[in-house]
Amino acid sequence: MVQVRLGGSLQSYSGGRGSFEIEGATIGQILAGLGEACPRLKPLLEQGVAVAVDGQIYRGSLLQPVRPDAEVFILPKLAGG
Amino acid sequence: MPLDQSAKPNAFSKVGTRPLRPDGIDKVTGRARFGADMNAPGMLIGRVLRSPHAHARIRSIDASEAEALPGVKAVVTAADFPDRQDEFRDVLVNVMARDKALYDGHAVAAVAATSAGIARKALSLIKVDYEVLPHVIDVEAAMLPDAPILHDTMFTKGVEPTPTKPSNVAARLEFGRGDVAAGFAEADVVIEKTFRTEATHQGYIEPHACLASVGSDGQGELWVCTQGHFMVRDTCAALLGMDISKLRVTASEIGGGFGGKTTVFIEPVALALSRKAGRPVKLVMSRGEVFRASGPTASTSIRVKMGIRKDGRITAGEAELKYQGGAFPGSPVEMGAMSAFACYELENVHVVGYDVVTNRPKQAAYRAPGAPMSAFAVEGVVNDLAERIGMDPIDLRLKNAAKEGTRSAYGPTFGPIGLIETLKAVKSHPHYKKKLGPNQGRGVACGFWFNFGGQTCVSLNINIDGTVALAVGTPDIGGSRASMCLMAAEELGIPYDRVRAIIADTSSLGFNDVTDGSRVTFASGMATIKAARDAVQKLCARAAAIWGIPEDAVVWEEGAARPAGPNAGAFPPLTLREIAAMAPKTGGPIAGHCEFNAENAGPSFASHLVDVEVDPETGRTTVLRYLVAQDAGKAVHPAYVEGQFQGGAAQGVGWALNEEYIYGADGRLQNPGFLDYRIPVASDLPMIDTVIVEVPNPGHPYGVRGVGETSIVPPLAAVANAVSHATGIRFTELPMSPPRVLHAMDARRMAQAAE
Amino acid sequence: MAARHVRTTINGDAVEFVCEADEALLDVLRDRLALTGAKEGCGTGDCGACSVMLDDRLVCSCLVLGVEAEGRKIETIEGMARGGELHPLQRKFLEHAALQCGICTPGFLVAARALLERNPDPTETEVRFWLAGNLCRCTGYDKIVRAVMDAAAELREGRHAA
Repeated sequence: MVQVRLGGSLQSYSGGRGSFEIEGATIGQILAGLGEACPRLKPLLEQGVAVAVDGQIYRGSLLQPVRPDAEVFILPKLAGG
Repeated sequence: MPLDQSAKPNAFSKVGTRPLRPDGIDKVTGRARFGADMNAPGMLIGRVLRSPHAHARIRSIDASEAEALPGVKAVVTAADFPDRQDEFRDVLVNVMARDKALYDGHAVAAVAATSAGIARKALSLIKVDYEVLPHVIDVEAAMLPDAPILHDTMFTKGVEPTPTKPSNVAARLEFGRGDVAAGFAEADVVIEKTFRTEATHQGYIEPHACLASVGSDGQGELWVCTQGHFMVRDTCAALLGMDISKLRVTASEIGGGFGGKTTVFIEPVALALSRKAGRPVKLVMSRGEVFRASGPTASTSIRVKMGIRKDGRITAGEAELKYQGGAFPGSPVEMGAMSAFACYELENVHVVGYDVVTNRPKQAAYRAPGAPMSAFAVEGVVNDLAERIGMDPIDLRLKNAAKEGTRSAYGPTFGPIGLIETLKAVKSHPHYKKKLGPNQGRGVACGFWFNFGGQTCVSLNINIDGTVALAVGTPDIGGSRASMCLMAAEELGIPYDRVRAIIADTSSLGFNDVTDGSRVTFASGMATIKAARDAVQKLCARAAAIWGIPEDAVVWEEGAARPAGPNAGAFPPLTLREIAAMAPKTGGPIAGHCEFNAENAGPSFASHLVDVEVDPETGRTTVLRYLVAQDAGKAVHPAYVEGQFQGGAAQGVGWALNEEYIYGADGRLQNPGFLDYRIPVASDLPMIDTVIVEVPNPGHPYGVRGVGETSIVPPLAAVANAVSHATGIRFTELPMSPPRVLHAMDARRMAQAAE
Repeated sequence: MAARHVRTTINGDAVEFVCEADEALLDVLRDRLALTGAKEGCGTGDCGACSVMLDDRLVCSCLVLGVEAEGRKIETIEGMARGGELHPLQRKFLEHAALQCGICTPGFLVAARALLERNPDPTETEVRFWLAGNLCRCTGYDKIVRAVMDAAAELREGRHAA
């Protein structure tokens, strides 16, 4: 199980809940598990989110492995100028 | 060969030098071809008809007279773009108004004709029947319950339960941690203030321009100034119902973007006109159109509350941010909210944000979108906290600065970052010790930006003469081709001028994300390094085959393959040029490739220091001295890194002092030109000193961090803190234009006289 | 509107063209003569990207009519380098990295040359005020001003040497 925390505005879509225990060894598996655990988040997760694993931000790497003790934050979709 | 992720400071022979840029001669001789510099045989001129109303229902459009005008070859309206309800819906409606015009300047029709004069005349013959509707321009006004509603299908997201009444608030967001009430209770001083910023424009000097050509076989070509030609291709193909493979987009030289060219405006229109007319169509925006109908940034209203102990420790931070992003959802409030407190170690933080729609053009990204405004508010309060407890503003920031291991206010824990180093660089700079004269003031502010990577594809081809052709897919706005050549030359061990980088068209490379998020030197740079290492591996394999020894007995050093190890045998080195010359007869061409998704961009922090003088008679602010210290991770071409620092500072000074979108009561933009929308000119600014801090980014083989965006985050606050210091009046509204400053000083004089 | 026939000199060459009476010189240069070095940033004389010399006077070519070129002498960015040899200003702009996107660069170079022909030894303030009619959004002007000052110094040395 990985402890997955919601960053930015995503808590507004989880009824204020900020943390989930999710089974998953990759970013993709964790996002899928999170969508199951919190269906209201699912459309946002499908639109695209950023995932911070141990402080490193991933925007497009569903296959990235995640250790069970990693710090995982799901962040809203971000873009620059 | 594994990609070495460890940074190697001091080991570089090319990276970190300042060679001339490969596109330089073209740009100083007038030979470089920008968006509007291309023509085609049989070309028509396109023009767009725009709504004069801020908000109006379009009852009907009658283009029959225009179509009948001799020389007019095509007229298009929304009817020429099939409706859709997917992620392209907003851009579709923004490109061409459907049932309603949502802002002054919203496109409603377009023509293609044999001359600009005929096209103009044709526009005047198109009859649009408008039912003018009430409009709303201001962000706070748009949030009121009785405000005119732009979209009757918009129900605020992020609120439970979902409202049943439509609203201009597209979304509400909220996040935080700790206990802010407890934090404020622990504080010796609590300051709460509300700040406002006006909408500003990126102000790139080159208006949007493109040349479209669609044949009767449905295949199309587009020449366009854009930050991302792959994005243009995919978006236009979707809006026009074309196969992506049938549209080839070439990025021209680009005359500035700053985020404003990360979407489409006229490109799908030019393609639709060309398809209908069967001839190439050139479409160029006027400056007025750029202001009215491209993508300026949000205007904002931001309330910030922070508490501090006497010892200088910040105990809590709270912010409420309202950003209007024009007529569609998507203001950068989320990023403004997440970056607001990112510079500080905060146990207790709570942020609420609102994404609001108004009758203004749909905002586009503008350099660190959302962050300069929230930094303006937070850094203003931090400045006042320092004053109240009598602490040096840099010392206060050093005491609370985020560092490696700090849990960021927006969630994740920071890796190695350089905020403290930038603050120390400012504190030890001679500028910080200069004496100030009468009416002068000094301001400090910090800034943060996330930085992004993204999808990237690079191709590196070894030519038979030992030179290298490097094809990159991210448009070069500020000299990135020079940086790419430096990194390729570094890896290959050959001189810089043997590598020539070009921006390849969409049919020549795999997908590349837009040039945005300060990503190019980081992501395309990493792809270039990987492609060069791929080529080196093939060069070594070729040498091994020539020598008849195992591949792993060959190493690449100083531009040549060399035998290494006990069983390699003794062979004289084979240089890249020698292997290249033999390539046709030893297995064919040699090329390196990389296609990947660059991640771990690594944030960049900056600290800015500015001195100003405020004229008590006129309220005019003169910038006397300016210093930027920013973390670049590793500066690949330091001259262009400095240029990014200086350019961001200058744009921020304009935002702070002069630039603003001014709307009349009729909802029309009053200042759509450079005379009345005043960006800084040479005589407005001093030299801008720079310090490049280098805290390597572990996510890049050379330690590179993006630098383009962070530089615009601190200046709004730094200048406001300086003007407030000079006048003794806290300014909370931008721009601090002479009339506004004078008004504030007059009001104080009156109040003092009355006492 | 009847088209007009105009005879003029551009970068030392005799040139004839036909244009509408209300057509800007900038449009003539760009669209009829394929001299696209001058850029349109605003069309209202505010940005200086279209700067050219008209009888040794610095003008915004978007504010001059094509027909006004009749019998006069025009110099554009395309005529600034002598063959393959760059003007010192062009060289210094490259050496100082005084351009990022480069759209404003032709206008700055034409305007800076006009300055140095009048005032070979300008102060920083004089350079800044002379160039205040040319907008650059990328650089913050720092490196542009340095490049102009450096080119002026080199030109003065050259003059002394000669």
